[in-house]
Amino acid sequence: MNTLFGKTKDEAKPISPKSVDEYPEAPVSLGTTLVNFTGDWRTFMPVVDESKCVKCYICWKFCPEPAIYIKPDGMVAIDYDYCKGCGICANECPTKAITMMREEK
Amino acid sequence: MEYKPIKKVVSGNYAAAYAALHAKVQVVAAYPITPQTSIIEKIAEFIANGLADIQYIPVESEHSAMAACIGASATGARVFTATSAQGLALMHEMLHWASGARLPIVMVNVNRAMAPPWSVWDDQTDSLAQRDTGWMQFYAENNQEVYDGVLMAYKIAENVNLPAMIIESAFILSHTYDVVEMIPQELVNEFLPPRKPLYSLANFDEPFAVGGLATPNDYYEFRYKIAKAMEDAKKVIKEVGKEFGERFGRDYSEMIEKAYIDDADFVFMGMGSLMGTVKEAVDLLRKEGYKVGYAKVRWFRPFPKEELLEIAESVKGIAVLDRNFSFGQEGILFNEAKGSLYNTSARPIMKNYIVGLGGRDFTVKDVKAIAEDMKKIIESGKLDREIEWYHLKR
Repeated sequence: MNTLFGKTKDEAKPISPKSVDEYPEAPVSLGTTLVNFTGDWRTFMPVVDESKCVKCYICWKFCPEPAIYIKPDGMVAIDYDYCKGCGICANECPTKAITMMREEK
Repeated sequence: MEYKPIKKVVSGNYAAAYAALHAKVQVVAAYPITPQTSIIEKIAEFIANGLADIQYIPVESEHSAMAACIGASATGARVFTATSAQGLALMHEMLHWASGARLPIVMVNVNRAMAPPWSVWDDQTDSLAQRDTGWMQFYAENNQEVYDGVLMAYKIAENVNLPAMIIESAFILSHTYDVVEMIPQELVNEFLPPRKPLYSLANFDEPFAVGGLATPNDYYEFRYKIAKAMEDAKKVIKEVGKEFGERFGRDYSEMIEKAYIDDADFVFMGMGSLMGTVKEAVDLLRKEGYKVGYAKVRWFRPFPKEELLEIAESVKGIAVLDRNFSFGQEGILFNEAKGSLYNTSARPIMKNYIVGLGGRDFTVKDVKAIAEDMKKIIESGKLDREIEWYHLKR
């Protein structure tokens, strides 16, 4: 569902070289950010009310992660594995279809 | 094509600018500062006159200059910049970035004394204060070495993927005109083919990041790789120096240029333009019967420990001339040289002469006076003091 440069979340694996020779010569990225599940940073979670959503995708454009994807039916959904709960989507949503809810852990 | 040098009478700074032109650098980002300015002015003139296909990025500070160089180099371009003293100090953070990201940027630093008090004259403390940034450092004795140094630096840097600093003296070289033998462009091209980058951020098909967060689990290995590249650079420096000699007649296979070592009681050791004065004086001293030699340290990083040991094993004393000082300790070359010999059997008497700070004139007469002092020390076998503030008004 969530893709980055053609790789999917399921394919993403952390790369951990065993010896110094397995490291790249320069400190280039050792994998994609898909391996970093940043969702556990969250305090407030965005919740989409599909009855108010007008499919403008402003939230999708503004999400810095990106943790918002567009479902086959055209509605937006949040990937909670990556959403840090910053609240930008809720702030930008013109119809107030996204609400930030306190998350109980 | 047979090598026939093109002789030009140029300042050290123009020698640097011509070398950048002949190295076919693609990007220059720099900020003016005395005594460096005429390097980048000359490059701007080359561009304005249609002699060079260079992207010149004007910036608001030296920190930004190096940042722009890093960005350009990370796309695979051949990049050049130049600075001095306060400007180099302002770049400090970015210097670590260039070496850490393994970018073979070449920079000319014109040695100038650090303020305050303000000074624009020769002093090595500015570049030596950047010792631990992971940049290779070459100290040029004359304008020819500035030109040759820049050309060799690209070949070496692009081989080991580390940046290199070519260092020349304020005014003594930067603004003094001398004959420089330049190399025809086609022959430079043969010696220095286009850069083959380790990576290029301009690869849009397989995007990646460089220099992102490394946890304690990964950082250590990347540091080791820099250390190893710096160590490997010694071999590359010697090979490139030898190749340069074979192609163009000036051999740089020694990281320490030396003479009269075999039968010398003691040698003068130092870096940069002051060694030109020393070489002149040593020739005269030899005629007067002094058993003296010289060891001119060309490359300070990586430090040529092995070559130093060979010299130290065959002489009774070394007079280390430092146009720099590390407050709370001693001259920086002296410190490095002493430390390099600790785990060896070589134990020459070593004395540190602090000379020429802030551009104070250092002459043949001074070298002779130091020779007299060293002669007494060698004969008596007693070191009167470790650090001599030679020029101090008493």
